[in-house]
Amino acid sequence: MSNNVLTVSPSPHVYQSTTVRKLMYGVVIALLPTLAWSVVSFGIGAIIVTLVSVISCILFEYLIERFLLKRTPSITDGSAMVTGLLLAFNVPANLPVGIIIIGALVSIGIGKMSFGGLGRNPFNPALVGRVFLLISFPAQMTRWPIPKGFNTSYVNAQTGATPLGMLQEKGEATVSKVMESAPSYGDLFYGQMGGSLGEMAAFALIIGLIILLYMRVISWHIPASIILSTGVFTGILWLVDPTQYADPLFHLLTGGLLLGAIFMATDYVTSPMVPKAMWIYGIGIGVLTVIIRVFGSYPEGVSFAILIMNAFVPLLNRYIKPKRFGEEVQHG
Amino acid sequence: MLKTFTKGGVHPAENKITQDKAIEKAGLPKKVIIPIAQHIGAPSSPVVKKKDQVKAGDVIARSQGFVSSNIHASVSGTVAKVDHVVDASGFKQPCVVINTEDDQWADGIDTSDALVKDIDASAEEIRQKVLEAGIVGMGGATFPSHVKLSIPEGKHVDTLVINGVECEPYLTSDHRVMLERAEEMLVGIRLLMKALGVEKALIGIENNKPDAIAHLNEWLGDDPQIEVYGLKVKYPQGGEKQLINALLDREVPSGGLPLDVGVVVHNVGTALAVYEAVQKNKPLVERVVTVTGPSLTHPTNLLVRVGTPVGELIEAAGGLPEDTGKVVSGGPMMGKALKTLDAPVVKGTSGILVLPQKWAHREKELHCVRCAQCVDACPMGLEPYLLKQLAERERFEDLEKNSVLDCIECGSCSFTCPARLPLVEYIRYGKTNVNQIIRNRKQQ
Amino acid sequence: MTTTVLYTILSLSGLGAVAAMILYAAAQKFKVYEDPRIDQVEEALPGANCGGCGYPGCRQFAEALVKADDISDYYCPVGGNDTMKEVAQILGREVAEQEPKVAVVRCNGSFQNRKRTSIYEGPSSCAIEASLFGGETDCQYGCLGKGDCVEVCDFEAIFMNEETGLPYVIDDNCTACGACVDACPNNIIELRKRYKKDRKIYVSCVNEDKPAAAKKACQVACIGCNKCVKVCPFDAITLENNLAYIIPDKCKLCRKCVDVCPTNAIAEIGFPPRRNKRRNAKKESADQEQSKNQS
Repeated sequence: MSNNVLTVSPSPHVYQSTTVRKLMYGVVIALLPTLAWSVVSFGIGAIIVTLVSVISCILFEYLIERFLLKRTPSITDGSAMVTGLLLAFNVPANLPVGIIIIGALVSIGIGKMSFGGLGRNPFNPALVGRVFLLISFPAQMTRWPIPKGFNTSYVNAQTGATPLGMLQEKGEATVSKVMESAPSYGDLFYGQMGGSLGEMAAFALIIGLIILLYMRVISWHIPASIILSTGVFTGILWLVDPTQYADPLFHLLTGGLLLGAIFMATDYVTSPMVPKAMWIYGIGIGVLTVIIRVFGSYPEGVSFAILIMNAFVPLLNRYIKPKRFGEEVQHG
Repeated sequence: MLKTFTKGGVHPAENKITQDKAIEKAGLPKKVIIPIAQHIGAPSSPVVKKKDQVKAGDVIARSQGFVSSNIHASVSGTVAKVDHVVDASGFKQPCVVINTEDDQWADGIDTSDALVKDIDASAEEIRQKVLEAGIVGMGGATFPSHVKLSIPEGKHVDTLVINGVECEPYLTSDHRVMLERAEEMLVGIRLLMKALGVEKALIGIENNKPDAIAHLNEWLGDDPQIEVYGLKVKYPQGGEKQLINALLDREVPSGGLPLDVGVVVHNVGTALAVYEAVQKNKPLVERVVTVTGPSLTHPTNLLVRVGTPVGELIEAAGGLPEDTGKVVSGGPMMGKALKTLDAPVVKGTSGILVLPQKWAHREKELHCVRCAQCVDACPMGLEPYLLKQLAERERFEDLEKNSVLDCIECGSCSFTCPARLPLVEYIRYGKTNVNQIIRNRKQQ
Repeated sequence: MTTTVLYTILSLSGLGAVAAMILYAAAQKFKVYEDPRIDQVEEALPGANCGGCGYPGCRQFAEALVKADDISDYYCPVGGNDTMKEVAQILGREVAEQEPKVAVVRCNGSFQNRKRTSIYEGPSSCAIEASLFGGETDCQYGCLGKGDCVEVCDFEAIFMNEETGLPYVIDDNCTACGACVDACPNNIIELRKRYKKDRKIYVSCVNEDKPAAAKKACQVACIGCNKCVKVCPFDAITLENNLAYIIPDKCKLCRKCVDVCPTNAIAEIGFPPRRNKRRNAKKESADQEQSKNQS
């Protein structure tokens, strides 16, 4: 008999090849089409913002883990890169570099590491950073460059309002008046409107969604519930008074709704575990978004809606249980 | 649309490398180590002592109580000792060690290959034979079969389900039995039906064994009583509850038995053993074992005597490869890693899997990222991530509230976890403790 | 301007006064009577909330003490006799004096003494390892070395020794709360009588295998040879299942058993070096190792 020393471990003895790292890089891959389109539309600004954001997120994660938490840095798991990309996608393409770095510090430092790192943060880190910037630097954060093909200048971009901004500022005018000056649906679909770096191109985001679903990184429940609930809610409003409220398609294609529904709300750590809870979470985000957009003072509400629903996730996880096998028949 | 169970499930790589290897008869082992507790329930008590002469098929340990089983000598020779030996469980267990001398069988055992098709025995006689022959569930759970044939008062059984799913990767022993011993197995199924008094038997086979499905259908012709179903491949379809769910769309209630939905499930290996016991008077002393692994030179399916040391089977499959890191008794999803190659094959050993060093280790565990893949994968609709956290913190009452006892320990959650968390490991620990608490509560 | 300030002050103080009255009334109405002695007893207890007394925490223990008619069965291992006397004084009851105890790890199967015959891989927990198999060595009774005992200790009194892979107890810190005893799945740790100068004599083995198997698995296993039983002048040693056990109440620390043990399974700790050279060199080195584990 051989004298090999055998390893003894509890079953199972085989594992799926999926790892956290693979899932995170799956998200990165799914974000690439949008990034590419942003570079084409915004030019050099998109590249600089994205690079600064990603690099500073990774750097802050490394520094905090290495020197503050004193543990082996886990930057290779890709989560910092995802946060960096998502933060970049949520800011205008001409945001001053200093502000981006502050945003990355807030995202990683406050949004993620203060809770202990990946898996422990209750709020989506990129959104924490984004909302912090929105409140601290409202002027810079709402100066949207217009996508006019590849622009080689970083600061001197031509800026304009977002479609949702126009809607908010309409004053006494009717929605149809605003619609006349707003971009067409085709333009919206191809991202020909003012907005954050990664939120305008609906088609690129949908390609991302297909990649995520195909790679089984996320399940369809959250994006579907957000899009459906937003559509239904705005649809009802629109049917009640089309002169006051924009139509559902307009709401779905503008602002950060698709980016939020596909990439931000589906963040593993801050979304519920059970399909039923995912529906509640998604519907909550959809309804809150519409309320903030239509009745609130901010033109856009996806970030706030997601953060608010993030806070409900522990509660949803606690009280909403999956249907157990053999549950219906109660056994004495 | 092929049938399968409704909740959860995973798709491990099948790796059925031995599916085309015909069953070989293994040589007689030099000695056999026969644990006297090879089944769930009360251990049997040995009736032989050192230096006794035994023949293959002689009873060496008698069952103790209803949920227990007889143990028979699997070779003829001299009892070397009755002692504690480390078996597949990794603990020292009382075992009977027999030195093989020759190949004699006890009187009255028909060892010929002739097929005995006519069923003479009555239902009661079949049950008695199954009890005498020490037959236990051969899919791995090793629950004494005669218990499953005795329907308690007030229960009604309408269907016998035969488990030919073999959802564990690598294993092919049931597959080969269905291909090579189909006629005998079908007689065994008819015997089981007679013992249970049911008119309907369903054989569930996963669709990755089309040859077995075709072969059985050929033998059955248009038998109205026995039906073969091809099922969509998904682990853990071989779990009784999942199989009943897949075939009959019935859900065994939480904490209940298949009996509660009018079903009894037996494995194909068990059906074959029942045939041999009843028609040939041959007790359960040998079984088909898949010896497999990516670096074995001759992976194969062997017909071996119970009690053969695992090391001898590996020798028969080309010897232990240099790079061996782990040897598993059973399949990779639920099998037990062996501590020593001297551990014997028991009635429930369906395979021996030799894993190379590079596959023998689990990657470093990370923190849970709450991706919910374990919730998706759980076939019982549980939340493995939560159960693991609770078990780790020893919050056993909360564990009970979260239905931890429903867990079938299939390992789908640990298999799927991208953070490589030891989910089922902790859940098992929690289950043991919750069971203990419940027992204490009942005593009070 | 001044009137505004005046009104503000007046209205706020009025509000405060009303709220105070409501709160006072509520406090009176919903007052729960609590025996004041509970607080006193709790004050006297160490406040470690270790659970060594069998209650979840010191408060619950105090409640139980106050409620009980006879407190002689109650004992706080952390505070010891002094605390119990104080409690008895508060409650005006009698309390039996108990001998101080200390946790003792009854296994000396270090890496050197006990060969690893397999490698365990899985959650680093003795409880889980013990439920899986008999451990990495051929001795299924001994220490698994994953430190469940260290995890549960509230007093930093037990640590894993990296060199030997065994836990060792820091006697000064040990309060004999028994948490490690409960945590050990193999029941290796025992609470034994604390002798003067923390001297100890005990069988450092729990292996119940037959002699050959035990010796093969571990160099310093008790093989149940019965020599110590015979030599003991105080009948303090029993032998059961191939395993000797020294009864702490009877043992007088004469150390005769240590000399006759063929496998050095009996640990001798805290004694000054002996003058007579009865032991051979091999034994001495083994002893040194043992005391290294222990202190």
